[in-house]
Amino acid sequence: MSRLNSVGELEKLRAEILEKRDSGRPCITTCLGTGCHAYASQDVYNALAEEISSRGLTGKVDLRGTGCHGFCEQGPIVVIFPGEICYCRVQPEDAADIVALTVLENKVIDRLLYEDPVSGQKYERESEIPFYKNQDRLILGQNRLIDPQNIEDYFALGGYKALAKALAEMTPEDVLEEVKKANLRGRGGGGFPAGVKWETTRQAPEKEKYVIVNADEGDPGAYMDRSLLEGNPHLVLEGLILGAYAIGAAKGFVYVRQEYPLAVKNLTLAVQQAEEHGLLGDDILGSGFDFSVSIKRGAGAFVSGESSALVSAIEGQVGEPRPKHINTAISGLWGKPTNLNNVETWANVPYIIERGAGWFNSTGNEQNKGTKIFSLVGKVNNTGLVEVPMGTPLRKIIDDIGGGIPGDKRFKAVQTGGPSGGCIPEQYLDTPVDFDRLKELGSMMGSGGMIIMDEDNCMVDVAKYFMHFLKDESCGKCTSCREGTKRMYEILDAITRGEGREGDLELLEEIAWVTENASLCALGSTAANPVLSTLRYFRDEYEAHIKEKRCPAKVCKALIRFTIDPEKCDGCGRCKRNCPEGAITGELKSPMTIDSSLCSRCGICREVCHLDAVTAE
Amino acid sequence: MEVKEIERIMEKYDADRTDVLGMLMDIQEKERYLPREALRHLSEKLSVPLTRLYNMATFYEALSLKPLGRHQIHVCMGTACHVRGAARILDKLESSLSIKPGEVTPDLNFGLKTVNCVGACALGPVVQVNGEYHGNMSALKVERMLKRYSEADKEKTE
Repeated sequence: MSRLNSVGELEKLRAEILEKRDSGRPCITTCLGTGCHAYASQDVYNALAEEISSRGLTGKVDLRGTGCHGFCEQGPIVVIFPGEICYCRVQPEDAADIVALTVLENKVIDRLLYEDPVSGQKYERESEIPFYKNQDRLILGQNRLIDPQNIEDYFALGGYKALAKALAEMTPEDVLEEVKKANLRGRGGGGFPAGVKWETTRQAPEKEKYVIVNADEGDPGAYMDRSLLEGNPHLVLEGLILGAYAIGAAKGFVYVRQEYPLAVKNLTLAVQQAEEHGLLGDDILGSGFDFSVSIKRGAGAFVSGESSALVSAIEGQVGEPRPKHINTAISGLWGKPTNLNNVETWANVPYIIERGAGWFNSTGNEQNKGTKIFSLVGKVNNTGLVEVPMGTPLRKIIDDIGGGIPGDKRFKAVQTGGPSGGCIPEQYLDTPVDFDRLKELGSMMGSGGMIIMDEDNCMVDVAKYFMHFLKDESCGKCTSCREGTKRMYEILDAITRGEGREGDLELLEEIAWVTENASLCALGSTAANPVLSTLRYFRDEYEAHIKEKRCPAKVCKALIRFTIDPEKCDGCGRCKRNCPEGAITGELKSPMTIDSSLCSRCGICREVCHLDAVTAE
Repeated sequence: MEVKEIERIMEKYDADRTDVLGMLMDIQEKERYLPREALRHLSEKLSVPLTRLYNMATFYEALSLKPLGRHQIHVCMGTACHVRGAARILDKLESSLSIKPGEVTPDLNFGLKTVNCVGACALGPVVQVNGEYHGNMSALKVERMLKRYSEADKEKTE
């Protein structure tokens, strides 16, 4: 591919690509994102390729491996265009039918359609499925149409138009002004206005400046940045180039965690393609603007996602936070002004520049504009990635998009904001989700993890879980964080073992206050949130553990015991065979019993029982 | 590890010392741990203090000073996996392999580790083995999964 030396050449190439593409020609897209990939979607893709070539349809039917569509629960997902027929849980054996019936004869295969678990209704088109219908997929929407390893797909959908517009028609100040007017707030957690941060870096006296994509997505339960980088890497790159232009940076970095190998691969390829096309490097599109990008891999450290720690990691130091008397926007990489935004924030930028701040401001509420991607996971029917306008009520996300809680279970709480966030109980489900309202509730937006919990989840156990996470990930620099998280964990652990004492809750609150106020970075200063928010809304659960030595959700091993209901048990022996402790006895075809003194409460017997005869009490 | 191999990895990064983490990860991938002589060599050639390399080796989860298993099992302990019973999956793996997280079986065949989130949250609980994802895990599936990897090994040696 030859370099594009001007905006005109880019538009000419785009026209050529579009001309080659016949929108009426059938196209089968298969999701190859990490979720579907785990369900062997590559085999489905290969089977479809084989089917197309063996029927002599090469050139007449397109096949495209795309990034994550978001509906990971139903993977592998296959969508056939132009009809947009969506098939779920597709197996390689289905390939023959898909080509023969749907592609060639326009017939819909009923068994592969999505069926609503509640109403039983089936849906043909992807956009009709309630999970998608109730979303507003501004940022994620292109994922299902693009082969992330093919820059032509991105061009075909208008890719790099925003960059062309900025370089041809706008000064760097104009670009900055547009992002400021859009009031784009950082999607990585804090919600700080991106434009204000950009301006600080731009105005900093040093000439040499840097821009960084923070793709060290560490919040457990969140994976939207992964899906964007894997599925649409050019969108993120285009945003970064625009930012560099506005700020006046000649060098950028993407710091991506090594746990995301496909993201690293697709992004590396995207950078190469952009370089070959003259969209990165010297004299971009003949504008005189120079900018290059390097990719750095993280190696598994949650704290390295913190801005000053990330800067250290890129410099080749250990990724630990530094004191931020002067923030990274003024003194970051090698002491130079450095602007750092997260993946989703950068992905918003091309749309803002191309369509304008006014367009962006038409979505969302007063102080929170645009959309936000959430990873809706845990105890919810439709798990996956969900994109909605800022200010959408929690209940709409969980019930209308998520399809509610599986089984007949009751909703208990939704956890947002990762380890810095908190748990929100049912009475606040009508709260509009935005940066400010979540904070008022003692939680936070974080990067957008939304973990649903039902009556079977113990809130003390959840608090303990997060404290375990934080004590592991604390780098140990500040005593308050290193010791505070450890002591809070020990207290919570004792409570879940039935060894909680009067005064424990007050002590937890006291340690929480110190950890919050005496730690350098956000890991420490927000570490207490999971404890404080569960104490605020679920204090009775803590008290049941401490005073009555009882775990109401029947999770904490030391406080429960398993029994088998002799009325329900048919003596099939599955539990006996699978019990790792040999704690279950009984003759086949007669009710089994559990010896509590041998039982380790692993719960395998409950998992394997086909009659639901094992109960915890 | 041969010096030639270390040199090759250094070249890939133009022997730029800000990329030392990338080099350590490449060595880790190749050798399944960071051999002492490789660290010494890097330290000398890049003029990076050996203490800094050890600092990194112990700071980052992905790096290890001891050999990992041929099949390295990562049990995701992310929130989404936790609320869907990741602890039970870990218990089952611990008892089936008779090792604790951070350990390897005596024949070095299986290694067990916990990770704080692999970012495949919709599939929880998730276990990752040699980079392959196993979603919606249950204790029973753990047995089957281990058997599959052991049998694949047997076929290879036969």
